Amino acid sequence: MYRIIERQDLTPTIKLMKVVAPAIARKAQAGQFIILRLHGHAERIPLTVADYDRDGGTITIVFQIVGKSTEELATLKEGDSILNFAGPLGEPSEIDNYGTVVCIGGGVGVAPIFPITRALRQAGNRIISIIGARSADLLFYESEMRSVSDRLQVVTDDGSKGQQGLVTDALGEILKSGAQVDLVFAIGPVPMMRAVAELTKKHAIRTIVSLNPVMVDGTGMCGGCRVSVGGTSKFACVDGPDFDAHQVDFEELQMRQRTYRKEEQAANEHYHQCACGRG
Amino acid sequence: MAEEVTGRNAMPVQDPKARVKNFHEVALGYTKEQALLEGARCRQCKKKPCSNGCPVGVDIPAFIALVKEGDFLGAAQKIKESNNLPAICGRVCPQEEQCEKHCILGKKHEPVAIGRLERFVADYERTAGPAAGSSGAVPTGKKVAVVGSGPSGLTVAADLTKLGYQVTVFEALHDPGGVLVYGIPEFRLPKEIVRAEIANVSKLGAEVLVDSVIGKIQSVDELLADGFEAVYVGTGAGLPNFMNIPGESLSGVYSANEFLTRTNLMKAYLFPDYDTPIKVGKRVAVIGGGNVAMDSARCALRLGAAEVCIVYRRSGQEMPARREEAEHAIEEGVHLNLLTSPVRIIGNSDGWVEALECIRFELGEPDESGRRRPVKIAGSEFTIPMDTVIMAIGNSPNPLISKTTPDLQTGRHGVLVADPATGATTKQGVYAGGDIVTGAATVISAMGAGKRAAAAIDRYLMRERSALISSTKPS
Ligand SMILES: Cc1cc2nc3c(=O)[nH]c(=O)nc-3n(C[C@H](O)[C@H](O)[C@H](O)COP(=O)(O)OP(=O)(O)OC[C@H]3O[C@@H](n4cnc5c(N)ncnc54)[C@H](O)[C@@H]3O)c2cc1C
Ligand SMILES: Cc1cc2nc3c(=O)[nH]c(=O)nc-3n(C[C@H](O)[C@H](O)[C@H](O)COP(=O)(O)OP(=O)(O)OC[C@H]3O[C@@H](n4cnc5c(N)ncnc54)[C@H](O)[C@@H]3O)c2cc1C
Ligand code: FES
Repeated sequence: MYRIIERQDLTPTIKLMKVVAPAIARKAQAGQFIILRLHGHAERIPLTVADYDRDGGTITIVFQIVGKSTEELATLKEGDSILNFAGPLGEPSEIDNYGTVVCIGGGVGVAPIFPITRALRQAGNRIISIIGARSADLLFYESEMRSVSDRLQVVTDDGSKGQQGLVTDALGEILKSGAQVDLVFAIGPVPMMRAVAELTKKHAIRTIVSLNPVMVDGTGMCGGCRVSVGGTSKFACVDGPDFDAHQVDFEELQMRQRTYRKEEQAANEHYHQCACGRG
Repeated sequence: MAEEVTGRNAMPVQDPKARVKNFHEVALGYTKEQALLEGARCRQCKKKPCSNGCPVGVDIPAFIALVKEGDFLGAAQKIKESNNLPAICGRVCPQEEQCEKHCILGKKHEPVAIGRLERFVADYERTAGPAAGSSGAVPTGKKVAVVGSGPSGLTVAADLTKLGYQVTVFEALHDPGGVLVYGIPEFRLPKEIVRAEIANVSKLGAEVLVDSVIGKIQSVDELLADGFEAVYVGTGAGLPNFMNIPGESLSGVYSANEFLTRTNLMKAYLFPDYDTPIKVGKRVAVIGGGNVAMDSARCALRLGAAEVCIVYRRSGQEMPARREEAEHAIEEGVHLNLLTSPVRIIGNSDGWVEALECIRFELGEPDESGRRRPVKIAGSEFTIPMDTVIMAIGNSPNPLISKTTPDLQTGRHGVLVADPATGATTKQGVYAGGDIVTGAATVISAMGAGKRAAAAIDRYLMRERSALISSTKPS
C-alpha cells in the first residue's frame, strides 16, 4: 500500500498528490511515469512523475479527472492509500545542453513538462516556457514553471490570463521573431502536440513529445501501447514515452486512444450508479 | 487387477454448450473411485519409461503405487520430491508429448492418464492435506533475489527457502504467478490454485514483492550490492511478436498477451464490476496454432463472440497446442482455418478492423524441423469480414534485464545465455532459467530449470561459506 501524504486541488479538475514510494523516488527521473491501481477491481493507469523527493521518499502525481479511474482517485484524501504503484517506468527524457529550448505544456501536460524543464535548465539550457489552458481557473504551476524558465509565456483560449490564443500561436511568434531555438519539448493533448510538430517541422527544429497511448502493464508485455514512429511500431511504455515528434503518426495515436470510448462511458455510468463507490 | 483395462478413465468435463458461457474450469477432475480405477491400470514397469519422459523425472510408478493403495497424500508427497507444483502441472503439462508418450500401455491401448492422476492427488492434498508451514530449515544467513514470479522463479524461491536461504521474489506486475496468472485462463487453471501455491511459497518464508520492475526500480547489480549474494532471473518470454503486416495498429487488433492479460489478470470478463475494458466483436480471428492461440480463441467465445476462427499456416497435425486444448476448443465451436495466413488487416474510416485478407498455403518439402514447409498458393488470396484480430504468433524475451545488466550475455532473439545444467549465466552470482533462457517453452521445463539452478546456487553459496569457515578455523 502506498500512502498519500499530501493532496492539493490545483484546479477544479486537476489534483496533485504526494505518495510515499521511497524506492521509486530514489530512481525516478524526468520523463518517467508510474502505473497505479487503486484497489482489487481497479484498472492500471499510467501517470507521469510530476516530481520526486529522494530524501522524503515521495513521488508527486498530478492528474486530471477525465473518467472513472481518475475520478475515483480524486476521492482519496491525505492518509488514504493506493493499492499498487509501480515505477519508475519508461525511459527518462534525454537531458543535455542543447542551447535554447522551448518547453510547452498544455492543460494537465504542464505537470509532466515541469521536471523536464527543470532538468534542462540545470543542464545549462536557456529556457523559454509556454504554458496554456482553456481559462485562467484551469491554469496551474505558473510559479513553478517561472522558477525554472528564463522566460515564461502564459496563454489561455479565452484570454482570461496571459495572451489569448493557443500555445502554438505563442510558439509561432517566437519562431517568427527569428530567435534561435535548438529544441522544442511539448506535452499536452494530442492535437496540441500534433500542431506543435507541424509548426516546428516547417522550421526544421527538433521536437520531442511525450505520448500517452492506452497502457496496461507498462513493462513491454502487452503491446497495447504501440505507436508508429518513423514507420515502425514502438511500445511507448518501454521505448518511450518520449519520441521525435516529426516521426510520430498522431492520426493513428488519436484513433487508438478512442478504442474504448463506449466502455469508458459505461464504466463511468456504472460508477455513478453505485454512488457508494467502493470504499 | 488382472483383467485388461484398455481405455483410460475419462475425466468429467463441463458440457461444451454450457461452458462457453462461463469462465469456470472445463475439466472437473477425477473422483476418488475414478482415480483408483485409473491407478490400477499402471503396470509398474521396472524401467519407468514414463519417468524418463518427464522433464523433472517424477517417480511416476511410485506415486501411482501409492494411489492404488489409496494413500493420496503419500502420492502427492512423492510427486513433490521432484515437482513443487503438481496441481498446476497436472492441468497444463503436455503429457501426451512427455510421460504418457512413453507409457507401454499406449503401444496397444491408451496410456495411463498420468496427468489426471497427478492433478487428482494434488487437489486432494490441497483440500484434505495438512496446511503447509514454514520450512523449518536452519538459516544460512544468506540472501538470494529472484526476479520474476512465474513457475521458474517460484520453484527457485521454494527450493532455496527450504535450504535456509532468505529469498525475496521481485515481480513487476501486481499479482505474482507469471503466465499462470496473466496468460492461462481461469477455465483451464483456476487462479485460486495458483494463489494457493504462492501462499505456500510465502509460508515457507520467502518474501514476494509485487510492483517491482527490476531494471527500473533496482538493477541486478544494485541487488548484488544490496546484500543479495545471488540473483536468479526468471523473467519469462513476455514480449509479444507482431507479423509486421499492414493494419496491425488498427483498433481491434490485439497481441494475445494484451487480450489474455486484460481478460485474466485484469478480469475484463467481469467488466464493469472490474474496471478494465475489452472489446470482442462478433467475428474474431486468432492467428497461430499453439496454446496461446487456443486460450485466446476460447476466451473470445466466452466473452461473447459469435464466430471464432484459428488461422494457422501449417496443417492440424503440426499445431503445437496441447492436444486436449485443441480438442476442447473445437468442441466449443472454434473453427480451424488451416494452411492459411493473413496478409493484411483492413480497417474502416474510424480506424477499426473490418476485414482480414488471407492467403492459402500447401505443404511442400520438409524443412529443418522435419515438418513439411508451408508454401504460398499464388493468387489464393481471399477476404473475410472480421471485427477482432488476435496475434498469437509467439513471444520473445523481454530485454529489460539484459539492457540494464551489461555483462549478461544474450543469444538468439535476446535470450539470456545460461548453462543448461546449472543456470549459471556469464555474470558471477547471476543465474537464469525458464522462458528467458529457452524462449517460450513449458511450465514444467521452466520449473526444471529452476530446480537445477536452486541446487547450483546452493553449491555456489555453500562453497563460498565453507571456504570462509575453513579460512577462519584455527588449524
Ligand atoms: C505515459 C503516460 C503518462 C500519463 N500521465 C498523465 C498525467 O501525468 N496526468 C494525467 O492526468 N493523465 C496522464 N495520462 C493519462 C491517464 O493515464 C488517463 O487519463 C487515465 O488512464 C484515464 O483513466 P479514466 O478511467 O479516468 O478515464 P477513461 O474514461 O477510462 O479514459 C479517458 C481517456 O483516457 C485515456 N486512457 C484510458 N485508459 C487508459 C490507460 N489505461 N492508459 C492510458 N490512457 C488511458 C484514453 O485516451 C481515454 O479516452 C498519462 C498517460 C500515459 C500513457
Ligand atoms: C497463454 C499461454 C498459455 C500457455 N499454456 C501452457 C500450457 O498449457 N502448458 C505449458 O506447459 N506451458 C504453457 N505455456 C507456457 C508457459 O506458461 C511458460 O513456458 C512458463 O510460464 C514460463 O515460466 P517462467 O517462470 O520462465 O516465466 P513467466 O511465467 O513468463 O513469468 C515471468 C515473470 O517475470 C516477471 N518479470 C518480467 N520481467 C521482470 C522484471 N524486469 N522485473 C520483475 N519481474 C519481471 C513477469 O511479469 C512474469 O510474472 C503457456 C503460455 C502462454 C502465454
Ligand atoms: S503497456 Fe503493455 S506493452 Fe506497453
